[in-house]
Amino acid sequence: MHGPIIPVAPLLSVSALKKAVPGGRVLFGDLDLTLKPGEFVAITGESGVGKSTLLNLIAGLDVADAGSIAIDGVALDSLSDDARTLLRRDRIGFVFQAFHILPHLTLAQNVALPLVLQRGSSSDAMARATQLLDSVGLAGRGPDYPKALSGGELQRVAIARALVHRPALILADEPTGNLDPETAARILDLFAKQVRVSGAAALLVTHSSVAAAVADRTMKLTREGLAEIHAV
Amino acid sequence: MRSERNSISTRCARWMIAGEWRAHPGRAIVAAIAIAIGVALGFAVHLINASALNEFARAVRTVNGDSDLQIHSVTPFGFDEALYPKLARLSGIAGASPAVELSAGTSEDDETRITLLGLDGLRAGFVTPNLIGRRVEIGAPESEDALDESSLFLSQAALDETRKNIGDTITLSAAGHEVAFTIVGTLPGVAEGQSIGAIDIAAAQWRFGQLGRLQRIDLKLAGGADAENIRANIIAVLPADAEIVSQESAARRSDSLSRAYRVNLDMLALMALLSGAFLVYSAQSLSVARRRSQFALLRVLGVQRRALLAQVLAEGAVVGGIGAGLGLVLGLALASAALSFLGGDLGGGYFEGTRPQLIFAPVAAAVFLVLGLLAALFGSLLPAREAARAQPAVVLKNEGDVIDPSAVPAVWTAPILLALGGGAALVPAVGDLPVFGYLSIALMLAGGVAAMPLLARLLLAPLQRFAFAAASIDLALKRLWGAPSQAAIALCGIVASTSLMVAMAVMIASFRISVDEWMVQVLPSDLYLHVEGDSSGGLDVELQKKLAAVPGIAMIDFRKNVPLRLSPDQPPIAVMARTVDFNDAAGGLPLIGQSLPVPEGAVPVWLSEPGQWLYGYRPGDFLELPIGRETAGETTRVFVAGIWRDYARQQGSIVIGNEDYTKASGDVLRTDAAVDLAPGARPRDVIDAMRAELPPLLAARLTVAEPQELRALAMQIFDRSFAVTYLLEAIAILVGLSGVAATFSAQTLARTKEFGMLRHVGVLRRQIVAMLAAEGALLGTIGVVAGLALGLAISQVLINVVNPQSFHWTMETRLPYGLFATVTIVLIAAAAGTALFAGRRALSGDAVRAVREDW
Repeated sequence: MHGPIIPVAPLLSVSALKKAVPGGRVLFGDLDLTLKPGEFVAITGESGVGKSTLLNLIAGLDVADAGSIAIDGVALDSLSDDARTLLRRDRIGFVFQAFHILPHLTLAQNVALPLVLQRGSSSDAMARATQLLDSVGLAGRGPDYPKALSGGELQRVAIARALVHRPALILADEPTGNLDPETAARILDLFAKQVRVSGAAALLVTHSSVAAAVADRTMKLTREGLAEIHAV
Repeated sequence: MRSERNSISTRCARWMIAGEWRAHPGRAIVAAIAIAIGVALGFAVHLINASALNEFARAVRTVNGDSDLQIHSVTPFGFDEALYPKLARLSGIAGASPAVELSAGTSEDDETRITLLGLDGLRAGFVTPNLIGRRVEIGAPESEDALDESSLFLSQAALDETRKNIGDTITLSAAGHEVAFTIVGTLPGVAEGQSIGAIDIAAAQWRFGQLGRLQRIDLKLAGGADAENIRANIIAVLPADAEIVSQESAARRSDSLSRAYRVNLDMLALMALLSGAFLVYSAQSLSVARRRSQFALLRVLGVQRRALLAQVLAEGAVVGGIGAGLGLVLGLALASAALSFLGGDLGGGYFEGTRPQLIFAPVAAAVFLVLGLLAALFGSLLPAREAARAQPAVVLKNEGDVIDPSAVPAVWTAPILLALGGGAALVPAVGDLPVFGYLSIALMLAGGVAAMPLLARLLLAPLQRFAFAAASIDLALKRLWGAPSQAAIALCGIVASTSLMVAMAVMIASFRISVDEWMVQVLPSDLYLHVEGDSSGGLDVELQKKLAAVPGIAMIDFRKNVPLRLSPDQPPIAVMARTVDFNDAAGGLPLIGQSLPVPEGAVPVWLSEPGQWLYGYRPGDFLELPIGRETAGETTRVFVAGIWRDYARQQGSIVIGNEDYTKASGDVLRTDAAVDLAPGARPRDVIDAMRAELPPLLAARLTVAEPQELRALAMQIFDRSFAVTYLLEAIAILVGLSGVAATFSAQTLARTKEFGMLRHVGVLRRQIVAMLAAEGALLGTIGVVAGLALGLAISQVLINVVNPQSFHWTMETRLPYGLFATVTIVLIAAAAGTALFAGRRALSGDAVRAVREDW
């Protein structure tokens, strides 16, 4: 079951994707997925089914055994490692389960990191980072170091970092996996809201059906491939 | 219940230790090897020196025979033999054996020297039976026999060295005389390897110009005699030119000259062990940092703090124990190989030519085993405290993140340690050894290492406020600034090895340049003559006149060097008679300070720096020199007019005017001369003409050298004596650098998650590599800056404390700038290269996957 066809070029287009783990076990054999600009899709599935692998393949961090992935019509397998990295730098934002906030940078510096990598002006980057921190509820915390922050706060920083460079696609891997249910709910709301405000498309990978509920549509990943289970 | 709890903890600790080593066997092995190298070097140096010293002491014992006490002449000229009947009559003396003792050369071979003893066969048979010869008649049974005038007994080593056989004739030269002897037998009681000859005492006195003189009297005490009482009775009849020597004082004398050198070498070898301790510290710190959540979990599960402390210390002890055990075996093998291939001398020249047997020293082995263990425990102590201090709740919540850039590094520890180090440098020597000098160096090193977090932060502060366009450099700076304690772990190895290298280099350069400049000062003439190894003989007045008349010589200053025993515990001081120009301070001597005006009628002498240190005389003091030969037993009162710099004689020297010396001693023979050539004279021609004036056997023993040859030779000896120093230092630095490499590598591997995140957000692989190289280079720069500063401070302790207290001479500080530049470039490049290599390794794995904790 696929969504309605709209005359807009897909942002992300995955077709006939196959990936096996080193032991030879096939994670998925014939996976298709299309994501339109601004679309928010959640993918659920059991542990070990290959949800994170799918994200890494889409991010160009891993190589598929067969099939193709295109972002903005550009096939990833036609790009070098450096070109894929630059594509990630400009077009993709990441949110991880384990936050991955660098302890030796201030919160503002952590958030500004993607802009700094794009070699934008330093003051612009810091201004934008401050703005993003404000928007995730951490106003005035820019000069702080991450050590004293709670898990929820750290993930807010991570969300700000994922959005700061206005990426076209945000990949989120269990962003609430390390948080308590209440915080998780708040962070998910924040995440969904920020994604929608930014106009970026988002692919959220999660175990949790509660988490998946914030997406426009939800798909389930099994060995047979992706199946849509819900559409808004 | 309690013991059950403890046993659970012990088992748990065992599991944890075994698990850690299974996961990272390389690190434990590298740490154990570092300890092993330190222990092996220290133990080997100690064994080689101890074996050589033992050999030396054995030689002294052999020459001295089995006597209980000896009376020794303080100069080579001997004392009046009238002392002998006086001593023989003293109560408590069971036997006395008079002896002439000369250093003899053989006419065939300049190099071979024999200790020639003139003995009274009957008396020596009772007092020193091991010095009695066994006559070997060709074709007749062996027999012990009294000595006759031309009979010579040689020890096996002397026979081997002179390549002579029983029955051969040999000409011996000693005290300015040459005498032919027939070798009639051997000295079976003399230890292997000792070159000794024995002749009849009357022949020795008559034929070597020693009539009425003895160099020593060997004494055997009566059973049950009161040694102290006898000693007092002997001293009452002893003239000034004789002294009592016991086995103990002879041992002290042979020990005292080389002791400072041996201890310094031991200390240098221990530097490698110290570097090993730093390596253990690095390895353990990183291992503890990586296992913080594991320790937190154990604390949550009910393991006590002290059990964690014990676990990390136990890891260190096992590493140290294995390393030290391995080091002892390695050290024994190293010492054995060095003794059989290189002999007993490690370059200092104290034991040159000895081929000692390796002696195993169980006490030293135990000491080095303990030192190895202590080094590893010392290296583990801080990491163990860190492990025990961890607050489980915080650690588990923060998933092991401990970096907090807002924390200010400790401010006071370093200045306190450095100040204590500075204070220790001011404490005088203990037992003639710079114990507090070494302590000062250790404290300064510790202070320098403790200063690293703060220093790293201070040096990086101006840089990190800057936003660099290159993300890799920006990230590198911010990380180093934000995590100075992590930087310090990597830095301690660099700082320790750089500072030691710089300190040693400054000391050696200062010493080398000082010696070179000193040589220019003390060798102003065109040629220098020396008659080999015959301080009691030399050129007589007739020969001196003939030499002075040789065409091409503008001026010749005849000199004499005589060893003089001023203390039974010290090696003889050198009395150097030479022309002293009173108008020119002290006749061209390199003086330290001014020469004092000489009181009317006083005999001025100039004491060398080591002489001043060893005997305690100061300028303006009077002292009694027992150099009266003709005026038996009388001393000459001399005035210390000044102190001069002498790098050639560690045992001290006294310069006295030629005429004053002759007047005091009656000795007109000279062993040395400085020659100024007339303009246009060719050195070669003058040397040939001088040789032609001398009798052939004396001419054969004459060496003539130009100052540049002497300087080149001195520098060659200098470099050889420091060769082992360079080697030990190089090994300490290699161990230090491998510690740096291990630290970088472990820190980098521990950061794979960070690299994974950076790769996700679009940092290129080469940018991460560049970031690590920048971190390495920055760390290297900080390390070198700190190492240079600390090294310069430590070099001042070496130059102004350790050297004067050990060798009793001072020098001016000279800085080897070229070496500093090389060290700086090499270390920064090495640090960046190591970081780069470690980074490539960390990135070669699937770093991306590391961002997923539950993959």
